[in-house]
Amino acid sequence: MNHQPLLRIAGLDKSFGGLSVIGGLDMEVAQGEIVSVIGPNGAGKTTLFNLITGIYPPDGGDILLEGQSIVGLDPHEITKRGIARTFQTLRLFLNMSVKENVMAAAHSHTHAGIIRSMLRTPGQRREEKAIHTLAEEKLAFFGQRLMGYRWNQPAYSLSYANRRRLEIARAMAAEPRLLLLDEPAAGMNPVETHEITELIGRLRTEGGYTILVIEHDMHVVEGVSDRVIALDHGVKIAEGSFESVATDERVIEAYLGLRTSETK
Amino acid sequence: MADETPDLRAGLPATPAGEQPGEPVPRIGHDEWVARAGERIQTQRMKEQLGRVHWVVWFAIAVTVLAFVPVITSDQYIIRVGADTLIYALLALGLNVAVGWAGLLDLAYVAFFGFGAYSYALVSSDKFGQHWPTYAALPAIAVATGFVGLVLGLSSWRLAGDYLAIVTLFFAQIFTVVLLNGDKISLLGGVFGVDGSVDITGGPNGIAGVDAFHFGSHQASRVSAYFWIALVMAAVVFFFFVLLDDSRPGRAWRSLREDNLAAELMGMPVDRMKLLAFGLGASVAGLTGTVFAALNLGVYPQTFDIPFLITIYAMVILGGAGSLVGVVLGAAAINIPLEALRPETSLSSWTSDGRWLFYGVVIATILAKVRPWKWAIGIVAGTIGVGFAVRAIFEAAWPATVHGHLLSSSTGEVPSGVMAGFIRHYALLPTSGETFGKWAFVALMLSVCLLVVLPWRREVKYCCLPFVIYIAALAWENLLVPESTTTRLMLLGALLVVLMIERPQGLLGKHRVEVV
Repeated sequence: MNHQPLLRIAGLDKSFGGLSVIGGLDMEVAQGEIVSVIGPNGAGKTTLFNLITGIYPPDGGDILLEGQSIVGLDPHEITKRGIARTFQTLRLFLNMSVKENVMAAAHSHTHAGIIRSMLRTPGQRREEKAIHTLAEEKLAFFGQRLMGYRWNQPAYSLSYANRRRLEIARAMAAEPRLLLLDEPAAGMNPVETHEITELIGRLRTEGGYTILVIEHDMHVVEGVSDRVIALDHGVKIAEGSFESVATDERVIEAYLGLRTSETK
Repeated sequence: MADETPDLRAGLPATPAGEQPGEPVPRIGHDEWVARAGERIQTQRMKEQLGRVHWVVWFAIAVTVLAFVPVITSDQYIIRVGADTLIYALLALGLNVAVGWAGLLDLAYVAFFGFGAYSYALVSSDKFGQHWPTYAALPAIAVATGFVGLVLGLSSWRLAGDYLAIVTLFFAQIFTVVLLNGDKISLLGGVFGVDGSVDITGGPNGIAGVDAFHFGSHQASRVSAYFWIALVMAAVVFFFFVLLDDSRPGRAWRSLREDNLAAELMGMPVDRMKLLAFGLGASVAGLTGTVFAALNLGVYPQTFDIPFLITIYAMVILGGAGSLVGVVLGAAAINIPLEALRPETSLSSWTSDGRWLFYGVVIATILAKVRPWKWAIGIVAGTIGVGFAVRAIFEAAWPATVHGHLLSSSTGEVPSGVMAGFIRHYALLPTSGETFGKWAFVALMLSVCLLVVLPWRREVKYCCLPFVIYIAALAWENLLVPESTTTRLMLLGALLVVLMIERPQGLLGKHRVEVV
């Protein structure tokens, strides 16, 4: 089964009103790969993520996770199947503690319901302990930044960069196979950006995740990607290694426009 | 390494930063040092030490102490207030599930309470000749009400925030309309009864003659029995809810309150969790309804209307939505003062002592809020001076204005003592005190509004304050104290307003940040 891609998108279409946001998109992400999606603002990158995670239903085409279609499933079912994401505009559970943010995301692969939680059955206690360990493990991935005294602090007290890290930790706690990172380096300073680049690499080597990442910072894209997919107006305009995509004429045109001599 | 700010280290452990490899001491002024500021403060440390005692211990102590209330006092009125407060506490705990945890504005809650109460009345009265054993009726009604909660909760799938509130409010209104008109229900053009309709809810008259709780041959006829039943129920619900709060469903509810979409995408079935919140809250309300119906030996449609709903909401919000101890305290904090301020009751020492509270609160507020100190003291002294001066002038010019009595409330008791003597020489007490009091009240409202609105400098406003306070004292002595039935509601309202300004998150609620 190794030759089957983890994620396969075939002929995906989505339009809002008359505006076609994704048009006939085909792409694949292989197991263990890190793929970057780039494109100018409005290219449809975040919409692509929203379609994969089930926030919007696609108008046409199919999304297959390990050969099984996930179109039409509720977002929480898709998460359960093994896709978790972070958000470009941070969406943490601000008034919950740092640790609780991560623990909450363990919901899809844990089971204790209302009755068992109220009765504190042995199974529930064991599971709760495992959730604590899981959260601590995921937070430890970021060194000392989200450890110790921070566990019990509300998420709103974190700095911007730490919030981005916490979002990643939270997505990790859902135990996905495919991790979707929506602009993980947005708003970060150069040092933090460098750190994020390393972190994404470690997510693959140590965490074993397959990663699809949207990113505007080309240093990050260059540093992490096995493959780059460039979108413009919802259409794939280039695909391949960073070098080939970065020098692709259509990509340059999408970002910078045509030279005046060519516009005639 | 040179230590540039030695004096800041006073509260820190003696080891300087970085010298101990095992436990690094946070650097002064940095993230962790600031975050841990609480640990260095004495009161915080005491709180921490108290917190080390397991919560179950505190819980057991509180329940035990409360259980002895009907033993200590034989005053039926106090026990009754206690039972009512526990019923309110149960309702607040149930409402907290949807409102405090899941953040769903459920205004149909009072209908669940009414549904439970009416269900109990229907299966435990002569209305239909049904007399179910209590141990069967209670669980059945709790489950049935929970189911109604699930069904009404469906509206939360598509509606959020204000829209959900409006729709659930409609449900509550439909419920009271059904109760009021449920004495002539006809289906399919009238297939039952003599005139083609059937009486289910008793219409505006409700259902009277509801059975007391009965377990085997034991009848719970005394108020203290209901106090203990309500206490056991509240204790059980509270205990289980504390466990639930710190568990998988509890986290899911709080997550969906914080961010619906993020919760769904992190694998929580948001729609199902919303229904469960509605259902669980409703079943607690239904269960509470049975106690209420049995305690009052009847159910009447007027009870289950908006004012009751607002009272429960006030308790949850005042106590701090989301905090279980908070909402229980909120129930006590609203119900007990309301009863204690009732003039005719044994709990109240209103006519003798209550009136002095006004002066205490005024002086305390000035001393707490006005700075610098000389202004605070000046205003207090000024207030006293203004009073005696004005009274002396009026006594000389219009002696009639001081010849009235120091009025007390309806009991007719005339206060005496040092304070009473002081007030007699301080306030104007005309013979037609009530009319005078009304004028004083209007003048008070006007002057307070002016004081707030006028763009004067603060010092000028401070100078006006003694006069305004004196007018307030006149209104208090001549109108508000004699009219204590109304005054207690005003005082409670004022208390709520002040509390919500000072602590918007409620007594024990956690400060919440919406957008950062």
